[in-house]
Amino acid sequence: MALINFIKPKNQLEEGGRSAAIVQQDALEPEKTCPNCRKAIPLSRLWSRDLVCPCGYHFRMKARQRIASLTDKDSFRELFAGLRAENPLAFPGYTEKQEAVRAASGEREAVLCGTASLEGESCCLFVMESYFMMGSMGTAVGEKITRLFEYAMERRLPVIGYTVSGGARMQEGLLSLMQMAKTSAAVKRHSDAGLLYIAVLTDPTTGGVTASFAMEADIILAEPGATVGFAGARVIEQTTRKTLPKGFQKAEFVLAHGFLDGIVPRAGQRSFLAELLRLHKGG
Amino acid sequence: MRKTTPYERVKLARSTDRPTGLDYIQNIFQNFIELHGDRRFGDDPAVVGGVARLNGTPVTVIAIEKGHNARERGARNFGSPHPEGYRKALRLMKQADKFGRPVICFVDTSGAYCGIGAEERGQGQAIAENLTEMSTLCVPVISLLIGEGGSGGALALAVADRVWMLENAVYSVISPEGCASILWKDAKKAETAAASLKLTAEDAKRLGVIARILPETELGRPPFFRALRELLAEELTLLAHDPDLINKRYDRFRRIGAELVKETV
Repeated sequence: MALINFIKPKNQLEEGGRSAAIVQQDALEPEKTCPNCRKAIPLSRLWSRDLVCPCGYHFRMKARQRIASLTDKDSFRELFAGLRAENPLAFPGYTEKQEAVRAASGEREAVLCGTASLEGESCCLFVMESYFMMGSMGTAVGEKITRLFEYAMERRLPVIGYTVSGGARMQEGLLSLMQMAKTSAAVKRHSDAGLLYIAVLTDPTTGGVTASFAMEADIILAEPGATVGFAGARVIEQTTRKTLPKGFQKAEFVLAHGFLDGIVPRAGQRSFLAELLRLHKGG
Repeated sequence: MRKTTPYERVKLARSTDRPTGLDYIQNIFQNFIELHGDRRFGDDPAVVGGVARLNGTPVTVIAIEKGHNARERGARNFGSPHPEGYRKALRLMKQADKFGRPVICFVDTSGAYCGIGAEERGQGQAIAENLTEMSTLCVPVISLLIGEGGSGGALALAVADRVWMLENAVYSVISPEGCASILWKDAKKAETAAASLKLTAEDAKRLGVIARILPETELGRPPFFRALRELLAEELTLLAHDPDLINKRYDRFRRIGAELVKETV
């Protein structure tokens, strides 16, 4: 039964959202089976280890849980919390899906934004939510991230962004696609003002998010084993009819090809990021 | 007369009878000199770029080229660029910026290529870099969607001061077939997907994504190209005298969808 959790979505690139089922599954389960070492680990033990298996496998983490474990106690102040899009294109089934996902995840949208501190260092922070339609980017996600970069620029703050996304959200069509251009322009303005942006790519970061703000940071980090790519592996296999190389689109593979600055395990991220923030002070 | 359905539009946009990027370059501009390569890895035949004259004025032109017949289409990778195509385009845009030449892009792709090499060489990063860099080019940029506007692979040449679409071009976040197979596990529902994705020129204009729809009267014939040449020249004159180009470009994309996002408690 535990294995249900780890069946990869059929298409990670533009995932339609299986989150409700996954969230419910979590509540029922006393333990999880690690897809890497195949051992069953009690959930309570996993929670205490920030969802990292003793073998090193990094499970997906809810955005609020990540914020709680990453930032200084009670330092996170959420911004733009109420922003959400309805169903701007009247896309069939989207309203119902949003309602179900909101109820199951407890979130209004697929990204949380705010200010926080790490070892006393202030920053703006966004964390995408895999449990909300696989972190897909529609108008609300684009708007929130754009506002965060604008907010950070006005206050001369660095931005740390945790990405997890199946890509642009199909149900908002062309409007979703345009969020790639919109967020990118905001990142560029923040960057041109001499300010630091660090992205941490978590599993999976794909599609339109990879092709926009995930790959636009000054320093791009990833969690071990995270899938990072543009097109989905299945689509590539079907298109090319070739066997994919070992470890294709895993963080280690992407690092070896020169598109990441480093891979940082979850446990060390807070101090690693805090030191980077200190190194760039005044920058 | 019955109105063309969105999925019929998709098929029209994909038709091999349409003029391709190179046809536009050759029929609108004079003295086109092709400039090759991305100075990083290779030269992508799916993207053609260079310098030319538009009624005498030097411009940089960039086009995604699909090719007309089977041989050409194979050689052009069916108009699906690799990262090198986007990097070549960016190199030429930065060159245009340096020499104060306007940039005109012709977009026609089913999407950025989905391949092993494309991923290994950073397809996502290449597109992302075009999006950031185009947002602050100091010279006017006009992008025309002449056929398929396939997702990020099309947007990477369309962060522009003016984005125009041909009457039967489409612009979409995902192909209707892809959308149907992911959402409804049935590629045959592409027709429903095409209607739901709002991918036609009328939709794009209504959503504030594009500014102008170009009629396809006499598509590919001399009067069509002549009219387009005059339209481009006219618009570039307007844009050339705009001191606030970059801010306006920012605002154009900044407001897309912004008013649709609501504050809730």
